[in-house]
Amino acid sequence: MSDRIADIWGTRTPHAKDAPWPVRVDLHLDDGLAESDVDQWVQSACVLCSNGCGCDIAVRDGRVVGIRGRAGDVVNHGRLGPKGLYGSWQHLGEDRLTRPLVRRGGVLVESDWDTAMDLVVRRSRELLAEVGPLSHGFYTSGQLFLEEYYTLAVIGKAGIGTPHMDGNTRLCTATAAAAMKESFGSDGQPGSCTDVDSCDALFLFGHNMAETQTVLWSRVLDRLHGPDRPVVVAVDPRRTKVAEAAVASGGVHLAPLPGTNQALMNGLVREVIANGWVDRDYVDAHTLGYDELAVTVEPCTPEHVAGICRVDPDDLRRAARVFGTSDRVLSTVLQGFYQSHQATAASCQVNNLHLLRGLIGRPGCGILQMNGQPTAQNTRECGADGDLPGFRNWDNPGHVEQLARLWNVDPLTIPHWAPPTHAMQIWRYAEQGSIKFLWISGTNPAVSLPELPRIREILAREDLFVVVQDGFLTETAQYADVVLPAALWGEKQGTFTNVNRTVHLSEQAVAPPGQARSDLDVFLDYARRMDFRDRDGEPLVKWHDPEGAFAAWRECSRGRLCDYTGLSYDKLRGGSGIPWPCDEDHPDGCDRLYADGVFPTHPDVCEDYGHDLLTGGTTSPEQYKAQRPDGRAFLKAAEYAPPPEQPSADYPFVCTTGRTAYHFHTRTKTGRSRRLRRAAPEPWVELSAADAAALGVREGDLVRVESPRGRVEAPARVGRGRDGVVFVPFHYGYWDTGGDGHTRAANELTLTEWDPVSKQPLFKVAAVRVTKLADGTRPAPAPTTTASAPHDPAGVPATAGEDDVREDVTPTDPPAPPPTPERTPNVPHPASKG
Amino acid sequence: MHLATYLGLLHSSLTTLADAFRQVGQGHGDEPDVWHTCQVLAGRVDRQTEALLPVVRRYGEHRETEPERLHATGLESTRGGPVGLLRDLQDLYTLAGLADITWTVVGQAAQGLRDRELLDVVTSCEQDTARQLTWLRTRIKQAAPQALIAAR
Ligand code: SF4
Repeated sequence: MSDRIADIWGTRTPHAKDAPWPVRVDLHLDDGLAESDVDQWVQSACVLCSNGCGCDIAVRDGRVVGIRGRAGDVVNHGRLGPKGLYGSWQHLGEDRLTRPLVRRGGVLVESDWDTAMDLVVRRSRELLAEVGPLSHGFYTSGQLFLEEYYTLAVIGKAGIGTPHMDGNTRLCTATAAAAMKESFGSDGQPGSCTDVDSCDALFLFGHNMAETQTVLWSRVLDRLHGPDRPVVVAVDPRRTKVAEAAVASGGVHLAPLPGTNQALMNGLVREVIANGWVDRDYVDAHTLGYDELAVTVEPCTPEHVAGICRVDPDDLRRAARVFGTSDRVLSTVLQGFYQSHQATAASCQVNNLHLLRGLIGRPGCGILQMNGQPTAQNTRECGADGDLPGFRNWDNPGHVEQLARLWNVDPLTIPHWAPPTHAMQIWRYAEQGSIKFLWISGTNPAVSLPELPRIREILAREDLFVVVQDGFLTETAQYADVVLPAALWGEKQGTFTNVNRTVHLSEQAVAPPGQARSDLDVFLDYARRMDFRDRDGEPLVKWHDPEGAFAAWRECSRGRLCDYTGLSYDKLRGGSGIPWPCDEDHPDGCDRLYADGVFPTHPDVCEDYGHDLLTGGTTSPEQYKAQRPDGRAFLKAAEYAPPPEQPSADYPFVCTTGRTAYHFHTRTKTGRSRRLRRAAPEPWVELSAADAAALGVREGDLVRVESPRGRVEAPARVGRGRDGVVFVPFHYGYWDTGGDGHTRAANELTLTEWDPVSKQPLFKVAAVRVTKLADGTRPAPAPTTTASAPHDPAGVPATAGEDDVREDVTPTDPPAPPPTPERTPNVPHPASKG
Repeated sequence: MHLATYLGLLHSSLTTLADAFRQVGQGHGDEPDVWHTCQVLAGRVDRQTEALLPVVRRYGEHRETEPERLHATGLESTRGGPVGLLRDLQDLYTLAGLADITWTVVGQAAQGLRDRELLDVVTSCEQDTARQLTWLRTRIKQAAPQALIAAR
């Protein structure tokens, strides 16, 4: 048995390049239970990060009692990480909402579905009559199922007709989508997790994979322990496990100052160009914009960039050389880029590096513009985030017409007169009182949005009617007018799609507690009560259950890049998850996209006409068409511009927020798992050793971090990050603290500011000051196993759990990877189109 | 030759435009994207002014004698609320539009004079002015429905 709190990534199963990743089946059952005690295993996949590991849920006496990785799943080959093992079901019985609540005389009281839904529908109707659709906003999640998002999208876009729909995916993966739209014309992950098995070099841009997608990192570790290991390059201001691996592999750890990624990336692009590592044939045949890119990066010499980013220019040269000279490069990008300044511009430069060298669509050559949350891909593709469903282009009347026909509604109902309203703007409209009805599902903005003092004020506004739909009474639910109890994973059926497009079916294993209902049932109920109709007077939403919603979505996806028409619940049962596009001609899905270097940039198919990366100004359809992209990718360029907030005499440090391996989001689930709670029980403030010394702070001392917006007080971890940078984990809020002070959540500090293209908020660049409040009595409660490890391990007990996971390194054959077609389905070939 | 007059007009309209971007940014600090983008764009207009200076030095500029109607009037103050934002962005659009067409006029003269240095300046600055107009149009389109229909 293994202790997977202490050993996050589990037993190594090393293998050589291009050899399949061996199977290892991880199993964890409730204390005292053996496999023979399990009544039933129910197929699912883990919803605690974007990896989406295939798993089976153990059920005994109508209760979930354990979990096991699915050996035959292409994503995880049987493995699970600590969150999946210890945090996927342990919360199901804890503190759940079991009845609707409504506000009466200022307090939330228990009610019933009819009363609660009646209130919701009445307010909704009133506002539609008084103000119209622009009074309504929907703020959803990256954790519901595809069927739920699609239903919500149809309700919002064709029922109400509001452009104000977004998800918390705006905080997590909006930049991934934006960068892919800018470069390739559409959302849709080019690469695959299988590229880990065959790459020669692995670049992780602002991606602490070791903590955010632990099973994917196990896959990397198995290469790093194998015979012909890849060279790793890590870009991260902290000394993460990824950064350590980079150094150990003979690669490079670049730790740029937060907010300077675009300068660093321009420097890397320039080196690749200046050293002649560009594949001119590929660039000429498959891209547009080379000259402008070359001119833009020309001044970004290693010395120039090193001055801005405060890195060693020779490190930058070495990193560029690894990129420029390795045969197969896989790059991954996540929050260090997405939640920072010039997010889309910097993420596009990763795409540019690959396009310049033609490293795309082949084994080991890929890009993973990562997702954070498990079902973020579905929020995006179903249109629950404001985009039009099926990666359709809001600025393309033909695409709007397609949806109007599919839904049988007037095209004018579907909001498409301007870019969809992003989350930060939705909150701004609520602040200004023009959005008066806000329905929040499956997310906790009172902890996760930037500048929490402001968010609390907005939620508390008298003129804002707030509906919160959740499994728990979250910090946000405390502000609701109506709280709707939601069924969670394992308590409902549905599908979702992971970071490399792999679709899994998650079956219902047990009944939801009390009167809790699936989010799908709640949305369907609302649609019914609102009596949304199509043009023929028939009900707008024509399905009644998950499988019906899936079938409707399948039609919506037909002919688009995210084609699901080859998938069904039956097909997803029993075997592995299957990556879209999956249609009649590609029944096993597609592992990689763009093998032939043809991209969905044709004006008839592209999801977006693109933006100016500096300002976010949108390219008009005419301008776009004039470029005649027709299948070529865009090499988008942008100068570096300094971040909106920089350290000053008053606030001399830069604060970045982030995760730990043991928690997910605002801990509503993982904080209710005993093992995960013990591993990372309380927030901490991470300082570099030199900064701590200068402040007179020792390990465990209580410190205050203050920004112009608010403050956080927590014990200091004297850690191993770069000087001048403070790290605060963002998981901790107030549901499990007694007091009512607001000094625990990292987002008390962050600023209201976002990337001009993806509109993703900037969580990584708040200027702060740090003061010591009191001597500590014990080390900070930060895990020692990961990036938060102490600078000086002496006296800090190691983070550990119990030996309670069985790891079976079986001789079973690993599942074969899905095929990669030469031509990407539904991407028109230049020859075949005008 | 009236080029000097036009260089003077361009110079003053760029100064006015940069000031106006800063003013609108500061006046709408509660819209962080407006605030930040206006600062960025103001800085880039300053760079246009700098790029123009060597040319101005060569041809001189007739600031005093320029006809009154060739003078771009700046913003006196910014307005409040969602409709105020819309109006201020529209004012910026007008000022940026004047700068844009003035660059075009100067560019035509540069063609006639075969002045390569001036042509290079015009080409790079016209792109930047197009960027300002694009952003303004985008932001105005975004703000308009809510301001005109739902805002109080
Ligand atoms: S890696 Fe992600 S999906 Fe897999 S078990 Fe861990 S949290 Fe779940």
